[in-house]
Amino acid sequence: MIGKRFWSWLAVFVAAVYFIVPLLATMEFSMRMRRGTYSFDAYRSVFADQRFAETFSYSVVMALITIAIGALLIVPTAYWVRLRMPYLRPVVEFVTLLPLVVPAIVIIFGYLRLYNSSSWLPLTNTDMGANALLVFGFMTMSLPYMYRAVDTAMRTIDVAVLTEAAESLGARWPTILFRCIFPNVLTGVLSGAFITFAIAVGEYTMPSLLNRPAFGPYLALIGANKAYEPPALAMIAFAMTWVSIILINITTRLQKGAAGAR
Amino acid sequence: MSYLELSHVQKSFGPVKVVHDFNMSIEEGEFVSFLGPSGCGKTTVLRMIAGFENPTGGTIKIGGVDQANLKPNRRNIGMVFQAYALFPNMTVAENVAFGLKVAGASKPDIEARVKEMLDLIHLGHLAERYPYQMSGGQQQRVALARALANKPKVLLLDEPLSALDAKIRVSLREEIRAIQRKLGITTIFVTHDQEEALSISDRIVVMNAGIADQIGTPSDIYNRPATRFVAGFVGTLNILEAKVENRDAATVRVAGRSITIPPANLNGAGDGAAITVALRPEALSLSKSPSSDVALDGRVTSVNFLGSVIRTRMDVEGQQVSFDMFNNPGLQPPQIGDIATAHFKASDVLVIPN
Repeated sequence: MIGKRFWSWLAVFVAAVYFIVPLLATMEFSMRMRRGTYSFDAYRSVFADQRFAETFSYSVVMALITIAIGALLIVPTAYWVRLRMPYLRPVVEFVTLLPLVVPAIVIIFGYLRLYNSSSWLPLTNTDMGANALLVFGFMTMSLPYMYRAVDTAMRTIDVAVLTEAAESLGARWPTILFRCIFPNVLTGVLSGAFITFAIAVGEYTMPSLLNRPAFGPYLALIGANKAYEPPALAMIAFAMTWVSIILINITTRLQKGAAGAR
Repeated sequence: MSYLELSHVQKSFGPVKVVHDFNMSIEEGEFVSFLGPSGCGKTTVLRMIAGFENPTGGTIKIGGVDQANLKPNRRNIGMVFQAYALFPNMTVAENVAFGLKVAGASKPDIEARVKEMLDLIHLGHLAERYPYQMSGGQQQRVALARALANKPKVLLLDEPLSALDAKIRVSLREEIRAIQRKLGITTIFVTHDQEEALSISDRIVVMNAGIADQIGTPSDIYNRPATRFVAGFVGTLNILEAKVENRDAATVRVAGRSITIPPANLNGAGDGAAITVALRPEALSLSKSPSSDVALDGRVTSVNFLGSVIRTRMDVEGQQVSFDMFNNPGLQPPQIGDIATAHFKASDVLVIPN
């Protein structure tokens, strides 16, 4: 028994070293901007840069729009596939997996070819059009994660029986979807949302080729020109990820009924 | 005109016909059970009434109104599912209030009705609980209250007790019947459990392979089964092969004995015709009563202790006959290998149409 516990703790220790040492090294390096002493100068420099606030807020807004549209598109799709069209499941699975094998640069070149200034729908001519293309690109990239998160959450409830129960009580489709199904898959939607957020905020290729003032190109620019700010930005990005994970946990716990039913 | 009428209702899934020409009339306030084995079409008929399946043929009328063009959410039919189907994200009170909110009832009306329903199922003190915090029996009672909250025209219960343990099943079925009687609501109860159907129904529909084999009161179904399937499915039955000796005298030869049965039971079978007769295990007894007029001798092949009853099986000239005797610790039951004599009344013999 004691031997077994020793090996378990050893595995945890090795994993912790593997994950924590690079993190500590990055943190340590980011604090060495001032010679001979540790300081948060690199972080101050990052936060003092107006471009940081501009690009970060732009990316956050794009990410939130992506999440909203993505959830409105994917939850009803996953619901209908599960309830009425299970025979389409392999097709939908295949389509949602495509972004994993088609690189972002290929997708964005496809967009540019289809929607450039001399095309029948010149979306790249305006900022709004280019922003829309960016949101579509983010949605495509997050599709594998968002769909799977929602579909897995749907698997934990009996969608067909809940739908019939709601129908027998007089409910119509919007009521069934938003009051009976959506709250019970909220954890899945949020998991997908946070992954989408991470993808959208960190993505470089798409905003760069669409010439959008996003956080990803800003990160690349700083990384190419400065020494201490990039690790500081990396730590800030890690912090945002942790906040996202904590938010997932809090939301899951607050969602008493659905969480408990699992 | 009856309250709920099913006329020539049929249902096919692709090439497979699961319901063949189903006809039935149900009066307002009646409690009808659909009884049958898995796959006999009983749930399909129920789902057609609810509107979840469209009949391939025939009509379904409730209160004289054809339901063909009405979607499930427009029929005002309450349904209770085997899997409870409570909304996991809502409390008990919210679940019960759901249908009322959808119908646009006012807040005071909703609160009053939810309280009334929860009092009806004796769960008023659990109004703020979530479904996962309740037992299966409690969840099913909430599902019943939710189905009744909107004052539905018909209540459909799709094997509501199947997922519960034996004791809860008995108490809940009695509670369901009491509530149904109190509200006077027309109810259809689907089950594969004959005891459930026999104990709470006004009428039973015994279904077999998409056909209603017999529709009748529990007493009719049990005592006068119309088909061999009904006789075999409802209760335990001793099936014996027999031959009509004399049609006019109503005598048949069974297990080497000549017995006289009520002439009407012969169903027109002529002299020498092979018929199937049946006897309920409780119609046979080891002790001779003044009314028993037939005796069968046989060798005991098995003795099963079932608690209050001891079921004994014996071989009578190559045919197996079971009989029940009440458990009496003071009396020694027969032993395997003993020669025993079972007595019964000739009038208890059922003739099963082949």
